[in-house]
Amino acid sequence: MNQFFPGLYLPSDSPVHRLDPRVKMSAVLLLMMAPFALPYPEPVLSVVEGPGRRDGFWGYLLLSAFVALVSVVSRVPLLALLRTLRNLFWIGFFMFFLYIFTTPGQPLAAWGGITATWEGLLAAGAQIYRLCLLVVTASLLTFTTSPVQLSHGLEALLAPLEGLKLPVRELAMVLTIALRFVPTLFEEIEKITKAQRARGVDFRSGGPLQRARNLVPVFVPIFVSAFRRANDLATAMDARGFRCSPHRTRLRQLHLGLQDLVAVLVVLGTVLAAIGIERLA
Amino acid sequence: MRPFIEIEDLEYVYPSFIPPQAGGQRGGGEQITALRGVNLTIERGEFVALIGPNGSGKSTLARHLNALLLPTSGTVWVDGLPTSDPRHLGAIRQKVGMVFQNPDNQIIATTLEEDVAFGPENLGIPPDEIRQRVEAALAAVDLLDYRLHPPQMLSGGQKQRAAIAGALAARSSCIAFDEPTSMLDPLGRRQVMDTIRHLNATEGLTILLITHSMSEAVLAQRVLVMDAGQIVLDGPPGQVFSQMERLRGLGLDVPPIVEIAHWLRGWGMDLNNEPPILTVEQMVEALCNNEL
Amino acid sequence: MQQRTLIQVEDLTHVYAPGTPFERVALRQVNLQIAAGKRVGILGPTGSGKSTLAQHLAGLLKPTVGHVLLDGVPVHSAPRDHRLQVGIAFQYPEDQIFEQTVFREVAFGPRNLGLDEAEVTARVRWALEMAGLDPETMSQRMPFTLSGGEMRRVALAGILALRPRVLILDEPTAGQDPQSRRGLLARILAWQEETGLTLVIISHALEELVLSPAEGLGQAVERLVILKEGQVVANGPTRHILSDDALLNAIGLEVPEHVKLLRALRQRGRKVRTDLVSAAEVATEIAHIWGLTPPPSPSPRRGGEEERRA
Repeated sequence: MNQFFPGLYLPSDSPVHRLDPRVKMSAVLLLMMAPFALPYPEPVLSVVEGPGRRDGFWGYLLLSAFVALVSVVSRVPLLALLRTLRNLFWIGFFMFFLYIFTTPGQPLAAWGGITATWEGLLAAGAQIYRLCLLVVTASLLTFTTSPVQLSHGLEALLAPLEGLKLPVRELAMVLTIALRFVPTLFEEIEKITKAQRARGVDFRSGGPLQRARNLVPVFVPIFVSAFRRANDLATAMDARGFRCSPHRTRLRQLHLGLQDLVAVLVVLGTVLAAIGIERLA
Repeated sequence: MRPFIEIEDLEYVYPSFIPPQAGGQRGGGEQITALRGVNLTIERGEFVALIGPNGSGKSTLARHLNALLLPTSGTVWVDGLPTSDPRHLGAIRQKVGMVFQNPDNQIIATTLEEDVAFGPENLGIPPDEIRQRVEAALAAVDLLDYRLHPPQMLSGGQKQRAAIAGALAARSSCIAFDEPTSMLDPLGRRQVMDTIRHLNATEGLTILLITHSMSEAVLAQRVLVMDAGQIVLDGPPGQVFSQMERLRGLGLDVPPIVEIAHWLRGWGMDLNNEPPILTVEQMVEALCNNEL
Repeated sequence: MQQRTLIQVEDLTHVYAPGTPFERVALRQVNLQIAAGKRVGILGPTGSGKSTLAQHLAGLLKPTVGHVLLDGVPVHSAPRDHRLQVGIAFQYPEDQIFEQTVFREVAFGPRNLGLDEAEVTARVRWALEMAGLDPETMSQRMPFTLSGGEMRRVALAGILALRPRVLILDEPTAGQDPQSRRGLLARILAWQEETGLTLVIISHALEELVLSPAEGLGQAVERLVILKEGQVVANGPTRHILSDDALLNAIGLEVPEHVKLLRALRQRGRKVRTDLVSAAEVATEIAHIWGLTPPPSPSPRRGGEEERRA
């Protein structure tokens, strides 16, 4: 349970790691929105009538290739990326059944009044693919950006909102503290779970109601300790002058460099090209 | 020169809320007088230990030094600044740092250097200077190699030293410690106490150490004993710990060496009272000089 | 009294997170036997594997290699009832409290055992009394409104109520002031006396295991097992280990002040024993070696006071 960094951050010295977090976060946001600017994937048409139709094929191909390129450049292990997709299993499962049975077209198999279609199969595949692309893109962000940088980047990006009287600095602090305590919380949950097991709780058996009830002896203590911790932290922060001066500075400054400019241009270019291809085809 | 800390007739009462009991008893409010007329001065560079039974008001007193608590009556001055004046709050909290008992619940950042930088950041120090201060502070507590470590990879002793570094980075001239070693293992305790002694001796840092360990209290130049909200004993460790019956009566321990010396004297051994025998080394010397 | 091996640890090795970058060997080929009804202390610095060993003894971890047997049956893989013969309190056991009343909190364990209400009530009463808490006034109190020391005793009562044959305590006096510490230790030893359970205390400081709260009780633990980097480096009667200078040097054990004094005197060539466990004994020994005539027994320590205060 001794993870080096909370979340998925894997330290490395790749070009992607060295990019300014603001650039990365904006880029990821853009890349995640791009698929929605592309036509609804109807790969069926490509299969049946050949590529070139307005079905988003080239756009998705370009985006996917770009994401794959970034993964390689960032030196994030393929296995790690694939493992993040594991979390999508249940959603993917649900989507599969949803699309396969509700998309009209050539029947594949039938049960009772429900028909599975070829088109449905391909549509399900396409939608799941789109989802995976989104998740991998987001994961690339968390793999290559440390919690400190994430918090910094977010604070910097939201800084203009301070003019609207939003507590941006405090929110960034909340994020940092939350990230800081994730590993600690994991350890605590583990310890409490073991302690309650030692008092006879069987976490592995029982129906859903029993399992829900079994969570009480774990969550209540964690909750209580979280409040106590928050209190202690607030006192410590006060003692270190947190609210005393309106002008807080930061140890690390974010600096935009040439590589960031290049990255911005490349990402913008790719996204525009992906959308453009579809318009032109 | 004015003493660094001056406390005059300090009284502190805090309202205590008793929540309703599960059996239907109603809750209520009750006032507790934690400090009754405390008078105290601490000079710059002093290393003061503060001991006393639970509930005697030690933590409460310490929290008046950095204005975490304000007096109900009486005055507290930190380097000439009264704590009750809100304009001085920032300055007071910069001058007096505090290290708490729980090593985990003081670290807010995801890496060591970020946490140490917290104090200077709050003061609005320019980033380049923050960087210098952080490095100097980490070097002073011997944690420079760990600057990029996340807190969960640090031991308890290291976390407490990190908290000390945080105060150094803010250029505090005084650090108040509220039982900093009670949650640490022996190695951690030793590291923290060595750091405290070193900083007091070489940097002239003013130290107030609240502790339950008499082995730690004997390291100070001055020991304050509190009971029921008042300071009842105040003097060098040799003098305070010689009052064994008084301390016992308060439910406090006496350092083992002091106790052994007391018994031996009672049985006729001629052991010096000045300089006092407080540590193992001193006892060994005294015994070996007592052969004949 | 018959020496019957109750707990057998055979070639126990435990590796955390095997095959990942965070792989860590916590225990290496640990062999250990604990006889029924004994008091054993497991000592070691942070990272020595003592908490891991404690969890193995309680059947909460699966050995990577080796076996941990209770009465000849492996604790981890056995049915729950077998495992629950071993009670374990982690550090700061008050952290596990979740119920709204002291009664329900202490009753949690027995209820999980499936006992009938009459038995549960009887056990709760007994456990509270053993912990020095009056069942009449305490049962309906909210645990979170109690003092830290009281909460800890409620948590320990909750484990005692399971009436385990073996009680493992991981740093039971962590974070406490000396008086509370002595009081709690005295209480724990009383439980052992009264129920004959096998007691295993994990600690990082010898001080917490050899302080005798009252004259007649002797050492808190009769035997010490010392761990370092996952291996057993010493295993024997407490007094033997304390008098083995070479061993103490080799393992770098932190000893209490009065033992430090004795060892320092020994280094100066004075023939003092070093296997003494209280300040009183040390003073008497020094007086003897230096040729003084001490009174028949040194001033007794304030045994009664601590019990009341804890």
